[in-house]
Amino acid sequence: MRNEGGLISDRISWSRRLQDHLFTGLAVAAVLLVLLPLAAIFIDLVQRGIGSINFAFLTQTPKPVGIPGGGMANAILGTGVILGIASAIGVPLGIGAGVFLSEYGRNRSGDAVRFTADVLNGVPSIVIGIVAYSLVVLRQRHFSALAGGVALGIMMIPTITRATEEMLLLVPISVREAAFGLGVSRWRTTVSVTLRTAAAGIITGVMLAFARVAGETAPLLFTAFGSQFWSSNINQPIAALPLQIFVYAISPYDEWHRHAWAGALVLIVLIVGTIAVVRLIASRGMMKGTA
Amino acid sequence: MGVGIEVEGLNAWFGGTQALHEISMRIAPNHATAIIGPSGCGKSTFVRCLNRMHETLPETRVVGKVRIGDMEVYGNGTSAVQVRRHVGMVFQKPNPFPAMSIYDNVAAGLKLNGFRDKRRLDEVVERSLRMAALWDEVKDALKKKSGASLSGGQQQRLCIARALAVEPNVLLMDEPASALDPISTGKIEELIFQLKESYTIVIVTHNMQQAARVAEFTGFFLLGRLIEFDKTEKIFTNPSDKRTEDYITGRFG
Repeated sequence: MRNEGGLISDRISWSRRLQDHLFTGLAVAAVLLVLLPLAAIFIDLVQRGIGSINFAFLTQTPKPVGIPGGGMANAILGTGVILGIASAIGVPLGIGAGVFLSEYGRNRSGDAVRFTADVLNGVPSIVIGIVAYSLVVLRQRHFSALAGGVALGIMMIPTITRATEEMLLLVPISVREAAFGLGVSRWRTTVSVTLRTAAAGIITGVMLAFARVAGETAPLLFTAFGSQFWSSNINQPIAALPLQIFVYAISPYDEWHRHAWAGALVLIVLIVGTIAVVRLIASRGMMKGTA
Repeated sequence: MGVGIEVEGLNAWFGGTQALHEISMRIAPNHATAIIGPSGCGKSTFVRCLNRMHETLPETRVVGKVRIGDMEVYGNGTSAVQVRRHVGMVFQKPNPFPAMSIYDNVAAGLKLNGFRDKRRLDEVVERSLRMAALWDEVKDALKKKSGASLSGGQQQRLCIARALAVEPNVLLMDEPASALDPISTGKIEELIFQLKESYTIVIVTHNMQQAARVAEFTGFFLLGRLIEFDKTEKIFTNPSDKRTEDYITGRFG
């Protein structure tokens, strides 16, 4: 019976092949659909922004309305300062909380932290801005880079916490047992073995959090506030690219519109560049064949 | 040099389930002792009690006495970390540290416990890898390749080298060859043969031929109890207990 059915099995293989092509095609189409908006945004940004990017744009402070030239150098510096403060707060706290959740958090206090992190992740960024306002700005009695950094740092914590926890849980128990078996203490095992094994994934989580807050505008409106001048003092109001883009984009001047496009392009290039550099450095420290 | 192990009235639990009942045995120094028995009989739990690994699992409990040399394993002043530094362990599945080089894997026990002398480390790493019969295969890529890039058999020998590097008195092996092909298994067995000159070895195995090949003494476990403990030859040719005979002749298990 089986042998006589040669034709039938042929037909099955034809429909199989058709299905195979169909679903491969659908998957490719899905990929294109995902990539399309990203490519469209980037191409649009380059077309509109590249014309205004020159040496002056990258090295000078803004000029008053009507005077051509000037740039966003102070905002580029300010974004760097704010993101530095945010990372100094968000990365250690986020990784620390993630370690707690994965290594000591199989209980009610762990569940509480996990729930808090998930809720914090869903809090609108403008609300986080208000928190930083009341925590830092009201006490200092003026806007500051510090307040902006605190706001963005708080926003980084839940993403990093959950990513760290997930990545640490992926490290097999057998790897921890190997360290215990050598007489390595639990704390040392966590730091030198478990965290190190999960490092690649944790770095990815940190970069996601970093990229997410780097473009935030709302929480900076009443914390970092913005500025037209050079400043790297963390106790003074400071310019930031997203703020500058926002102010320029809603202004009525064509020159400022062009600068807003250029600023947006610079911001994206800076974020992508930072991620690429961190990944490069991280991959050098990793062993080959680690996956 | 290896030291003897004395176990007296050892009981172990997983939650409410008792996994070991009143185990008592004396393990001779500088010999290999095999632990055999059907799956779930408590073999692994037994060796994990010898270096206090059992207590790393949640909701576990141990009652009884274990003495390794002159160290009271469950004594008041003894910490688990201290015990494990003197007792090497090799696990069923090879478990090298994936994020570390071959060199760092072997040096891990010393480095992670604060040992920093580079020249001594180099010596220890080479000696341990030679003892584990892996040196010639990896000496050119010590710091370049990850421990996880080696083959399964090589990984297991790397794990043995890692355990030897801390200079333990006792080596516990929990089915060290069960995940390996016959050639790698042969290499590991050959290794056990050489290592027992200077270490006390306790090896859990599912493979009765393996027990007969490498061990002078054999203990037969069933349902969490030690049924019979004697010279390997006696266990396999003329066991005193009917249940031992049934097991080794393949009537169950």
